[in-house]
Amino acid sequence: MSQAAITTASRVLELAQPLPLDGGQQLGGVRIAYETYGTLNADKSNAILICHALTGDQCVASPHPVTGKPGWWLRMVGRGKPIDTDRFFVVCANVLGGCYGSTGPASLAADGQPYAMRFPVITIRDMVRAQVAVLDALGIEQLHAVVGGSMGGMQALSLAANWPERARAVLVIASTARHSAQNIAFHEVGRQAIMADPKWQDGNYGTSKGPENGLAVARMAAHITYLSEEGMHEKFGRKLQDREAKTFGFDADFQVESYLRHQGLSFTDRFDANSYLYITRAMDYFDLAEEHGGRLADAFAGTKARFCLVSFDTDWLYPTAESRTIAHALSAVGAPVSFVELSAPFGHDSFLLDVPALDRVIAGFLQ
Amino acid sequence: MSALRPDLAIIAANVAPGSKVLDVGCGDGDLLAALRDTRQAATRGMELDPHNVAECVARGLSVIQGDADTDLSFYPDGAVDYAILSQTLQTTKRPDLVLDELLRIGRKAFVSFPNFAHWRVRLSLLWHGRMPVTRLLPIAWYETPNIHHVTVSDFRDLVAAKGLKVEGAWFLSGDRLTSAAAASWRAEHAVFLLSR
Repeated sequence: MSQAAITTASRVLELAQPLPLDGGQQLGGVRIAYETYGTLNADKSNAILICHALTGDQCVASPHPVTGKPGWWLRMVGRGKPIDTDRFFVVCANVLGGCYGSTGPASLAADGQPYAMRFPVITIRDMVRAQVAVLDALGIEQLHAVVGGSMGGMQALSLAANWPERARAVLVIASTARHSAQNIAFHEVGRQAIMADPKWQDGNYGTSKGPENGLAVARMAAHITYLSEEGMHEKFGRKLQDREAKTFGFDADFQVESYLRHQGLSFTDRFDANSYLYITRAMDYFDLAEEHGGRLADAFAGTKARFCLVSFDTDWLYPTAESRTIAHALSAVGAPVSFVELSAPFGHDSFLLDVPALDRVIAGFLQ
Repeated sequence: MSALRPDLAIIAANVAPGSKVLDVGCGDGDLLAALRDTRQAATRGMELDPHNVAECVARGLSVIQGDADTDLSFYPDGAVDYAILSQTLQTTKRPDLVLDELLRIGRKAFVSFPNFAHWRVRLSLLWHGRMPVTRLLPIAWYETPNIHHVTVSDFRDLVAAKGLKVEGAWFLSGDRLTSAAAASWRAEHAVFLLSR
């Protein structure tokens, strides 16, 4: 990524007040880029907030600002889709710390220079605070539902726990109430890859190319965690890439190597390395129980929302046990909660891919 | 909505309106939907089969995928007015412990099960010396989910041993009620309403 932040055509909300952060600071001049789909009804009761994942963006159902590829959840959001824009007013905002138009480490600080590592460390709850500011600006007091997969699910949970009046229904897919040691470990590999790249320059790469190699390795490591062993084997096996035999060298002999290298490199065109550091940190800090005295059920005490949790049997990043833990905590406080583990071969990424059972669950839950 | 299975219809008819219910082993949610729609009950369910859970969620029901043997412990004491276990007791590893859990979570519990002492079953064993395959027990012994076959008399003994109160009992032959006295022989299905 060569520029400070990716330019998008999204609408931008400029917060009039500084945003208070969990780290204790007040972040001034915050801008949040967001997209909307469908029409908000007269009593503003049909809004659905979708929260995006780590490397996602606000363009749920519109072309990607950099690659031009279709929106990342086009299969779920649109006219007549499970999240039906004929019925619902869909809002999706780029997260605080992101690089698609919302304030993040690539944004310019008061001195006219990018924040870089001067950007405050943020949390999932800080991201949600920014989401709530968008809802306030749109005059939406209560959402029909908040929906999110992966890191988006963490935001949905955080909204339910910290702003319990703001959503009538909460749909959390392939997510967790806290980052595990293994989750943190994989993120740390990615961050160290970025920081070990000499082009990172302690974050001060400014408008130069930045730590492309480090960011690519970070993405490669992370990408592995998004797939399942079974899915990888099926897709690549030990097949060789455009060659008849092994080369006895370190080229990408195997298709899986070639694929990962491509994933890593193309990621550097669409993501800012410092944003990656800050957002992964926010995820690592996430522990909803810890925020509420160590007992997860207490995070949801007094909630009136309906909940639905979905996991996938091949997701080893946020395995079923994590969703089950949340479901049990919600049961303990008497919240109406559904939980289902769906079978899909795509690992963690299943929530973005063709899983018809997920469509049915989402459409049914949002009715 | 299709007509409810006879044992479920008995349960639905005897749940007080506006109650909180938990249906353990709720299948695709027929009973829960009926309780919600006709008894204005606050419903929740637990079901092992993910396809059924997805079906329930698609019907707008709150259902958790879980196992009656292991996952009931997560519900708090007295969480519901009625805990319901229909046609599931005989599939659990420890029916006695599941019964304890039902009456911990619910003030009352409905339990329904196929009666293994029905005369057809007796006849099959007596005459052929084989585990019965009948209309209500249609699956051969090696693949049936029913791992703890139980008779009406067995169940009455267990209830007595635990000191539980029988608040109601219904016995079905086909979709018709049959008398308690003849239940041991004639009932294909039994439905009990229990409390502590």
